[in-house]
Amino acid sequence: MAVIVRDQGFSKDDLDGRSFIGMEDAEISEDLSLAIELPNHADLPALKTLLPKIGAIRINFPNFGDGRGFSIATKLRHMGYAGRLRASGHVIADQYALARRSGFDEIEIDDELAARQPENQWISGKDWKSGSYQDRLLKTELAPTR
Amino acid sequence: MYKYSEFDEFFVRRRVEEFRDQVRRRLDGSLTEDEFKPLRLKNGLYLQLHAYMLRVAIPYGTFDSRQMRQLADIADKWDKGYGHFTTRQNIQFNWPKLADVPAILDALADVDMHAIQTSGNCIRNVTADHFAGAAADEIADPRPTAELLRQWSTDHPEFQYLPRKFKIAVSGSSRDRAVTKAHDIGLRSIRDAGGSPGYEVLIGGGLGRTPMIGAVVREFLPESELLAYVESILRVYNLHGRRDNKYKARLKILVHETGIEKLSREIEAEFAERKKWFAGVDPELIEALKSAFKPPEFNLSRTGAFERRLEKDSGFRAWADTNLFEHRCSAYSIATVSLKPIGGTPGDASANQMRALADIAERLGHDEIRASHEQNIILPHIRKDDLPEAYDVLAASGLQTANFGLVSDIIACPGMDYCALATARSIPIAQEISRRFAALGIEREIGSMKIKISGCINACGHHHVGHIGILGLERAGVENYQITLGGDATETAALGDRAGRGFSADELIPALERLVEAYLRLRDSCRETFLEAYRRLGPEPFRAALYPETGKLAA
Repeated sequence: MAVIVRDQGFSKDDLDGRSFIGMEDAEISEDLSLAIELPNHADLPALKTLLPKIGAIRINFPNFGDGRGFSIATKLRHMGYAGRLRASGHVIADQYALARRSGFDEIEIDDELAARQPENQWISGKDWKSGSYQDRLLKTELAPTR
Repeated sequence: MYKYSEFDEFFVRRRVEEFRDQVRRRLDGSLTEDEFKPLRLKNGLYLQLHAYMLRVAIPYGTFDSRQMRQLADIADKWDKGYGHFTTRQNIQFNWPKLADVPAILDALADVDMHAIQTSGNCIRNVTADHFAGAAADEIADPRPTAELLRQWSTDHPEFQYLPRKFKIAVSGSSRDRAVTKAHDIGLRSIRDAGGSPGYEVLIGGGLGRTPMIGAVVREFLPESELLAYVESILRVYNLHGRRDNKYKARLKILVHETGIEKLSREIEAEFAERKKWFAGVDPELIEALKSAFKPPEFNLSRTGAFERRLEKDSGFRAWADTNLFEHRCSAYSIATVSLKPIGGTPGDASANQMRALADIAERLGHDEIRASHEQNIILPHIRKDDLPEAYDVLAASGLQTANFGLVSDIIACPGMDYCALATARSIPIAQEISRRFAALGIEREIGSMKIKISGCINACGHHHVGHIGILGLERAGVENYQITLGGDATETAALGDRAGRGFSADELIPALERLVEAYLRLRDSCRETFLEAYRRLGPEPFRAALYPETGKLAA
């Protein structure tokens, strides 16, 4: 069972049962609230026309040292994507604030990681809204946020 | 000088607490060793050959007496009474205990300092011309730009897990004293035809095992668009830089494999997208940064004390001759304090020496100090007539070595004496070279000479850009030193040419002596430097001096 980490703490996956589909399947789907899975090397411009009918995007982190997902998330937000954005895979508690500040809404982790890094490690002291240099320098920025 | 804002203070304190918690979570098993490693590196903590090493940032090399005294106290309290100034305007403490590190970070925060992003695969300490704000040849002070970049890059959520480390250097002069062409991004302050301020942007420079000189990616970038453009470079690099091989993961490899024209188009496309959301940096903030670095009030009066001392003291004369540089204000000089005493360890300073430097800066130097990438300390604003007094304090602490820019002013990495990566010793080689040429008494006759030594292929000692570069390797269990010739770290940057087979530690010093003798014989006048002579004559006569046996065989 996957655990979903949000600002409030651990929760169950409310998208459970919905399958995240790849970009190719998304193109032919008539569903108006798609959940799609993107690799961290996805070609984002190709996604542009699909964005209006996407309700959730999941981006996989193959390991926590590979930071491409952070740039993918930022780019999606710059492209105007305002739907749900989830990171999954090997993301550690110490990266929670980075993920939130890059545009992710939530992180999907497995039970082993949830046991090793319990809920309090993700939320205690991870006051990611308490201010960053980037917010201070670029505070008039117009990028969409949730 | 820039003083911490409330936010800076809040940020560094929060960061210390975060790291304290991470150390605890490593010990209780919440973090694996693999997960903990990048976290400790991003806080400046390395595991070296014999101990932990803490690398503290001196952003763009600028600090003051209070900070220098704190570094001295840290050296006394938690280390062995000394610190090591590095080629990236950092200071390293070689012997801290892991348990003491959070307390050291607290002590740093007490004086507006930190060790954040001095290591790891992120944007490192931003470096700048060490004569910034003082040099007569300066076009624009690079430090407001460097401080802006420091803030912007600190804990940037998108760029903490890059393919590899990322280094930015800023120069504000036509003379490049920041080695901008050997950085992932090099920025040079310029003005466009209409007089508006901006930058020439270079990317893809770097030394290491695949040395490359940076290429111009933008001839003119308006000052106001800096962060959007730098962000675009970083985003392209983060998404497309290689992650399959750490030795091919730097931006220079992406530039090399993609080609600068194509990569430049990708960056421009990203930049065009980015600008749609970029409202610019708050102009008040930019103004505040600029005014933070406004020059001190100079005292233009002269008493003639400088000239009187020059006349009667040959030691002072020798020091003034090599270690002073032209200040923008004629009543002042920029004084370089050599951390290269003959036979000493390049870049090391004892706690008492640090205190002496702090005293001079506070009393005579408008409270400004700089650390240079050449591993020296700079007192950027000393009134000429105060130089005799400053010199006396330096001399009382063994800091009066008159060798700036000479053969014994050597850059050397820590090498096998400290470093876990090293394949050969660097410091003892530097010490031997400096002792040998001092004994020969020909340092001044040789004149301008940059010898740079690295103890492994990672090139922390910048050997590729030394007039004479020395690379220590290991061959079948024996140290072997390869020589490169004709490297240059300035605005005319060039990578040195490999001379030929390497030398053993014993053969090396006599070989260098032959090389220097050949230069003295071949130069067209005593004004022609080694580098100029090398450029005029090419490598052959110098190779012949290094390898006399080859010449005999051919004859």
